[in-house]
Amino acid sequence: MKTVKLVDLAKVIRSKNAGPDKITFDIIFNSRENYEAVKASKALTPETVTKLFNVPMERLSDFVEFDPACAIKFTFYRTSPSGSPGDGDVFGCQQYAPLMDVEIPIQE
Amino acid sequence: MSKKEQLKILCPNGHLGFAPSKEESFWIGVEEKPDYYCCDSGSNDIGPTPLGADQSVSPYEWQVHDLEMLLVASRKQGVPMLIGSSGDTGSNSRVDMYVDIIKKLAEKHNIPKFKLGYFYSEVPVEYVIQKLKEGVVIEGLDGRPNLTIEEAEATDRIVAVAGVHPFMKLLDMGADVIIGGRSSDPCIFAAPALREGFPEALSYYLGKVMECASFCAEPYGAKETIIGTITHDEVRVTAMHPKQRCTVESVAAHAMYERSNPFYEHVAGGLLDMTNCSYRQYDEKTCAITGPKFIPTEGQIKIKLEGAGKIGERYIGIAGIRDPYLVANVDKVIEWAKSQVEERFKGREHQVHFHVYGKNGVMGDLEPMNNAQPHELCIVVEGIAPTKEEAYEVAMIGSRQLFYARLPEVKGTAGTAAFIIDEVFPASPAYRWTLNHVIPVNDPLELFQIHMTEAGV
Repeated sequence: MKTVKLVDLAKVIRSKNAGPDKITFDIIFNSRENYEAVKASKALTPETVTKLFNVPMERLSDFVEFDPACAIKFTFYRTSPSGSPGDGDVFGCQQYAPLMDVEIPIQE
Repeated sequence: MSKKEQLKILCPNGHLGFAPSKEESFWIGVEEKPDYYCCDSGSNDIGPTPLGADQSVSPYEWQVHDLEMLLVASRKQGVPMLIGSSGDTGSNSRVDMYVDIIKKLAEKHNIPKFKLGYFYSEVPVEYVIQKLKEGVVIEGLDGRPNLTIEEAEATDRIVAVAGVHPFMKLLDMGADVIIGGRSSDPCIFAAPALREGFPEALSYYLGKVMECASFCAEPYGAKETIIGTITHDEVRVTAMHPKQRCTVESVAAHAMYERSNPFYEHVAGGLLDMTNCSYRQYDEKTCAITGPKFIPTEGQIKIKLEGAGKIGERYIGIAGIRDPYLVANVDKVIEWAKSQVEERFKGREHQVHFHVYGKNGVMGDLEPMNNAQPHELCIVVEGIAPTKEEAYEVAMIGSRQLFYARLPEVKGTAGTAAFIIDEVFPASPAYRWTLNHVIPVNDPLELFQIHMTEAGV
């Protein structure tokens, strides 16, 4: 068993507002094989992503494995709506960085 | 109306005017002779300030550029053009501005007289308060509580998000060009398809897949034209840029974009269910989609309301820190500056926020990296208070006291922060999203005022 960083298995890793009260994260894999491998690894689950961003499970609104697009998608509630005073990312589009280095165990 | 076998709609841009539409793929698309030109021009993505302060975030010239392309092409061909969420927010003043731009462009290009329809989406705050007093429940979305009178009173501007209804009404009235107030993006495209008798599920799916233009194509490249084709059995979407394609992967992936769940899209009047969509490569640049479902709302239709309320005036200060002792103890530096703001503004309404770039300025509470060792930091100070004078002072104290931070082991006693310029800068006022709710209505048109005028020569 070796590990590979998520960034090396995905063609898209992004975050964006889903309305003013949520930020959604999309990881789109560069092949069905990689997608299936990540699903099987259980490295991305509701538990691991909330732990990664250090948020309580109540802030997770959705977690979806989306087969047609070979993608994993999850959404957090914001603690205050986008663009409120103190918010550093009005579009929510620079929140994905911690996902890139997630280590995925892959069967050799 | 005779039943068409297929309908073609062109979309040049996922947010008209936000960045100018690319011309090459647009004119390639025009050659396809679409039946309609549709584009959305707004978003709640841009934060609450534009809606609250009633201003665009797109430069006027870019908005004119995109409207000009669409108007010239659609009028030359004699087919309708539909714009939703005019001028970024879809407020009444933005609709008026777009109507005015269309009239001026029509004169500039000597376009023969045509019918220019438009509708307003603003809902007076008093109207919403009255509904609450009558006992109407205005339900909160995305985990928000239901609307209270206090929260409604804290709101400066509300827009209702139109479904297909005002667009269909104006098409029925013979509009050649429609300038819409705030609208649901997919509905701008679904309206003409529905009106021409295409199935509900496919019509709304057509809108869903088209509303961001080339975002559903690959390789990535925004603001390029696509054409959507609807038949009675499927939707097809084709990239017009010579180097872009709509593939099974790119179109399926787009279903996820900017929403919390890739399977469902709520619109006024129902729910688009994409769970059983199937995708196939139709030709090199085209993906075909079948299988969406539409579940009409049972009982009263609910219309989404977006509202922004002002918090105060705002000034911004910028400071840098390089001393490793201060970098390591930046929390204490900020604590000092905050205490000085508090000392001066105690008991007076104000907010001060410190965005620390190099630490967690981008991610705030979502930042998992808490052991980074940057060699320098940038601190952006956001000062907010009821008047400009007070906001200036809050931001100024917050910034300047970074310079006078009292930490026990500071060696650099001549100043603990570096400034590009020892000033603070006026910014747009601070607003917050007060409404992200739905209101039940008896008639889906009741919140929208429809008008018809003429343009051209």
